Amino acid sequence: MIIAERKPVNEIMEMVKDAKRILVLGCRGCVSICSAGGEREVEILASLIRLGKQKAGQEVQVTSATLVRQCDREYIDSIDQWDGQYDAIVSMACGVGVNFIANLRPMDKVYPGVNTTSFGGSAEQGVWSEQCAGCGNCILHQTGGLCPVARCAKSLMNGPCGGSVNGRCEIHQNVPCIWQSIHEKLVRFDSKDQLAAIAPIRDWSSAGHGGPRKTVRDDLTV
Amino acid sequence: MSFTPNIQAYCCHYTSQQTLAEGPEGLKIDGFPANITINRLVCTGKLEVSTMLKAFEDGADGVYVAGCPLDKCHNLMGSQRAAKRVTAIKKALAELGVEPERIEMYHLPRGFHPEFVQAGQEMNERITALGASPFKGDAK
Repeated sequence: MIIAERKPVNEIMEMVKDAKRILVLGCRGCVSICSAGGEREVEILASLIRLGKQKAGQEVQVTSATLVRQCDREYIDSIDQWDGQYDAIVSMACGVGVNFIANLRPMDKVYPGVNTTSFGGSAEQGVWSEQCAGCGNCILHQTGGLCPVARCAKSLMNGPCGGSVNGRCEIHQNVPCIWQSIHEKLVRFDSKDQLAAIAPIRDWSSAGHGGPRKTVRDDLTV
Repeated sequence: MSFTPNIQAYCCHYTSQQTLAEGPEGLKIDGFPANITINRLVCTGKLEVSTMLKAFEDGADGVYVAGCPLDKCHNLMGSQRAAKRVTAIKKALAELGVEPERIEMYHLPRGFHPEFVQAGQEMNERITALGASPFKGDAK
């Protein structure tokens, strides 16, 4: 899922300092699962905004709502129901949601309520770690299912770099060296010969280095 | 001019047994401040962040939570969860430029203990010293 975390409240208050009617808009997708921008977090942020405005001695009307998703036109269109009732939207969806609102509602002021951090998962409650970089050219079949693009600090294709100590990354001591994990995994499956193959210089254009990426499925377009 | 703070206390069933047994009059005799409103819960782990923030919105000058000892919660981890939520609110208050001390978590023995009254007295003194909540600003 996409991982996000709420921005500091004072940063959000600065964004909405001139707004008197604010729509705090959550998303029931990824940000609900990572407890950053679902219904519960919307209620909390709405309350904090009201408190911040009270402290500043300013009147405010805060409307709270949560959409099924903010990354599809049909759900963004449902914002119509609050037309004329807000000066600004604080979206608690990931950056995709903020962009979608900005794209589809050009007359609306929309601000991000969260920082979108990574594609990751939660192996223990309250902890999320990056697992995928969305690079557009998956090589997990060559690396035992472990991603060196996202999980090696240097995104090396021919690792390890030689700097790890006791299986820990030299850049982040609290992070395992993913290339050591890859090596151990391939040895376990008697596939360590794969490590001898030298990965060619990688074409990063699919990773966004060639500009914004777009996927078109002719079988689905109408 | 003297200031009597509005303090909202959220207490679990077990730490607030004294309130039921002694009633408001008994607590007053023990020295429990009359300006503290006790909100009883089945477990502090049930207490939502939004509920505590709402208390500030509704005019509380201070808020505190009284739950079981960290390692002796009747529901195992309820008071631990509450403590983490209180910590999250402290951080948010600081970000808003408000004293984080306006909210506190107490881990108290279950049953009938003087610590329940002491926690109320401590919070009352603290909030009285801090003064009225900055959230009570006059709206322009």
